[in-house]
Amino acid sequence: MAAHSASTTAGHEELNYLNWKTGLWSWLSSTDHKRICFLYLYAIMIFFVLGGIAALIMRTELATAGPTIPSIVKDSHTYNVFFTMHGVFMIFLFVVPGIPATLGNFLIPLMIGAKDVAFPRLNLFSWYLYVFGALIGAIAMMNPVDTGWTFYAPYSTTTDTNVSLMVFAAFVLGFSSILTGLNFIVTIHQLRAPGLTWMRLPVFIWASYATAIIQTVATPVVGMTLLLVIAERVFGAGIFDPTKGGDPVLMEHLFWFYSHPVVYIMVLPAFGVVGEIIPVFSRKPLFGYQMVVLSSIAIAAVGFIVWAHHMFVAGISDFSAKFFSIVTFLVAVPTAIKVFNWVSTMYKGSISFKTPMLYAMGFVFLFMVAGTTGIYLAMLGVDVYYHDTYFVVAHFHYTIQGGAVIGLIAALHMWFPKMSGKMYSETVSKTAFAVLFIGFNLTFIPQFILGMDGMPRRYYDYPVQYQTLHTLSTIGAFMNGFGYMLALLNLAWTAKFGKVKAPRNPYNSKGLEWQTASPPPHENFDTVPVVTEDPYNYGVPRHA
Amino acid sequence: MGKDKEVMASNAAVAEHHHVAPGDPPHIHHMDSSTAYGAAKLGMWLFLATEVLLFAVMFCSFAVMRYYHLSEFHDASNHLNLPLGALNTAVLLFSSYTAAVAVTKAQKGDNKGVVRNFSISFACGLIFLVIKTIEYTGKAEHGMFPFVWNEHFYEYKNFLGIYYCMTGLHALHVIIGMIVMYIYGIRPAMNNRYSGRYYTPVELGALYWHLVDLIWIYLFPLLYLVG
Amino acid sequence: MSHANHHSHDEVGHIVPESLFLKVLIALLVLTVVTVLAAQVDLGKWNIVGALLIATVKASLVIYFFMHGKYENRIIWTYILIPFVLLAIMIGGVFTDDPFRSKPVPLQVTQQP
Repeated sequence: MAAHSASTTAGHEELNYLNWKTGLWSWLSSTDHKRICFLYLYAIMIFFVLGGIAALIMRTELATAGPTIPSIVKDSHTYNVFFTMHGVFMIFLFVVPGIPATLGNFLIPLMIGAKDVAFPRLNLFSWYLYVFGALIGAIAMMNPVDTGWTFYAPYSTTTDTNVSLMVFAAFVLGFSSILTGLNFIVTIHQLRAPGLTWMRLPVFIWASYATAIIQTVATPVVGMTLLLVIAERVFGAGIFDPTKGGDPVLMEHLFWFYSHPVVYIMVLPAFGVVGEIIPVFSRKPLFGYQMVVLSSIAIAAVGFIVWAHHMFVAGISDFSAKFFSIVTFLVAVPTAIKVFNWVSTMYKGSISFKTPMLYAMGFVFLFMVAGTTGIYLAMLGVDVYYHDTYFVVAHFHYTIQGGAVIGLIAALHMWFPKMSGKMYSETVSKTAFAVLFIGFNLTFIPQFILGMDGMPRRYYDYPVQYQTLHTLSTIGAFMNGFGYMLALLNLAWTAKFGKVKAPRNPYNSKGLEWQTASPPPHENFDTVPVVTEDPYNYGVPRHA
Repeated sequence: MGKDKEVMASNAAVAEHHHVAPGDPPHIHHMDSSTAYGAAKLGMWLFLATEVLLFAVMFCSFAVMRYYHLSEFHDASNHLNLPLGALNTAVLLFSSYTAAVAVTKAQKGDNKGVVRNFSISFACGLIFLVIKTIEYTGKAEHGMFPFVWNEHFYEYKNFLGIYYCMTGLHALHVIIGMIVMYIYGIRPAMNNRYSGRYYTPVELGALYWHLVDLIWIYLFPLLYLVG
Repeated sequence: MSHANHHSHDEVGHIVPESLFLKVLIALLVLTVVTVLAAQVDLGKWNIVGALLIATVKASLVIYFFMHGKYENRIIWTYILIPFVLLAIMIGGVFTDDPFRSKPVPLQVTQQP
């Protein structure tokens, strides 16, 4: 899209959002959305690493049948604590804030030509809520929880680990997510630049908008459910406890009512990222912009009516199971539409295989595996067999890791020049991508097979017949972890010590965020941009 | 063009010392006052939506527990103090009326009217909480309260569990609403802060208070009447 | 500001007269009396339907008049309605389950081989 804002001319020591104020307190008290992006980025990366370590400990124990590292994984209870930590850290503290709290914060005002989000102080407060929630979770670790991140009743309502503290931490983290979503909805409605109509918005904004709606309206449901778990623990309310006439499956209904839409919070922004990367590196307009927009909204909407597909074998009625199975097939349709749109965008394009594009293409492949295996699980007869096996574990790692996390890393590489003002080494980043991609598939393809062979999930040991596949998976896990470390350390090192300065618009993108300096000044734009074109006019002759 | 550090610093200083006259909207550096008003209103409605969804979980749990324990719910509901519940309903409805009036007063620049009407709403909130306390202590005396459950009334656990969760969380919101009306309505209005050009906090505070009333409009019949 | 933003009634809102609020309050109080009286009559399962209907009328009056809903735009109305739609989905979804569960079958103890 064309914009008429002045661009920053090269000079020595220009002022930008990174250097115009320095010192730790200037960062911790900053209401600048670009700085808040980094506050979140450092925080979530801590939990990515911690959650990853938990996973590697689990995978090391599982590498051989029988005890492998009994000094660390002493017994099944310890193993259960590790998979609980892995889930809680990765979901509530890493992927859910994920792209929205980082890249969403950085990019949304820039992409719509605004100076900041609608409520900058609320934005900073959301980050402090995140930190507060993380601290409460850390305190809860004194008597670590082993319920799994799903906190199912009646175990969670009766067991004597720090469940109340842990779910209260999740409640606080939930409010951080709600307020971020609320902020983004209002920002997108109220602060678009002149000429920026809804159907000229970049798909990342549409994706962020759909995500923000889910964040705002779904999260309160799990928040209240967790408060009810606390109520039951503290004063025996009798809602989920069958011995008191309660219904434990009700807890699952209420929990999954949020926890299914949350997977769309995780992956919709990644869809947006991929939708931004592919047109730029194919030098072609995004194919079927309107359908991409519609499918984003459709995914958010349909995502609210499929939750009980997590409960097919929990004891729900046949009627319920059939209903939720059918609608689960429905929700695959808008996602498939997106895949067609991305691939069609690449078709006959002039493709440049830079790192962001590699990640985007990797995403498309991995998410296709994810979506297809999801269809298997949506089939009732098949799910009865696959539920709670490694097949499910592999499926959701393909969606969450192969989808949301790959999307985050892709976005970090795509907008790194804008955020830091520097260019990273393509050699290192491409190597990291290769290691990560191969490692990821090596970790989880064996897990699909393990699941088909009947290996249950959340088990700390298994019969020796499963060992080969487990060993392969563990090797893959370490490769996977190494790949991530290489990719992220490359970016971190370049940000601090890199010498190659980034031009204003290294990839020749038409996005508004690329029309201002790299890195942007504190106020984002020197003059308010005016938008006159559609967002993806690559290779399209200018019309009068 | 990169701005000179001094120019930027002095711009910031100007912004900080920007004098806001009574009745003027506050200076927000990235939005004009019209956009800011629209943003604040949309933001508050979104927040109210999240509060409704919070209570929705308990309404759903109520529906399920009632489905499984219908006669218990009927019996237990008869143990609630209907006259006090109805009185509380009237109190909240009246306080909602005065909150709405407060907004009209603010729009007309009548700050004293804002103070008067929000204070009445605040007082109604207090009355509500007092009546609730009377109800709760009455229950506790009969062993129908958490921590002092009496075996005689254990059979009403399912109803009472959801009853205390719903009314307890609602009472918490009454307290929050009272605090909001004081900090963002009564106190600034005592300093003549509001006018027809700027009354956003009054409107938002009133919206929050109406939500408190809305939730009770559903709680009262379900808990006290239908059971 | 920008013509891309379609917010209406932003600077000075519609001023609603206090007399209208008073009429709404009286209606609300009357409806409260009605709902209390209706609950004294045993209509079986229609009691709860009636109570919820009256409550919804009261809530609509509060939203429409007290909360200025009458003057708000489509965007705000969407976000007013979404929670109620979601509540309906929540209860609807849960009730595809609970009423349709099969009764537990007593365990048949078979002979040990």
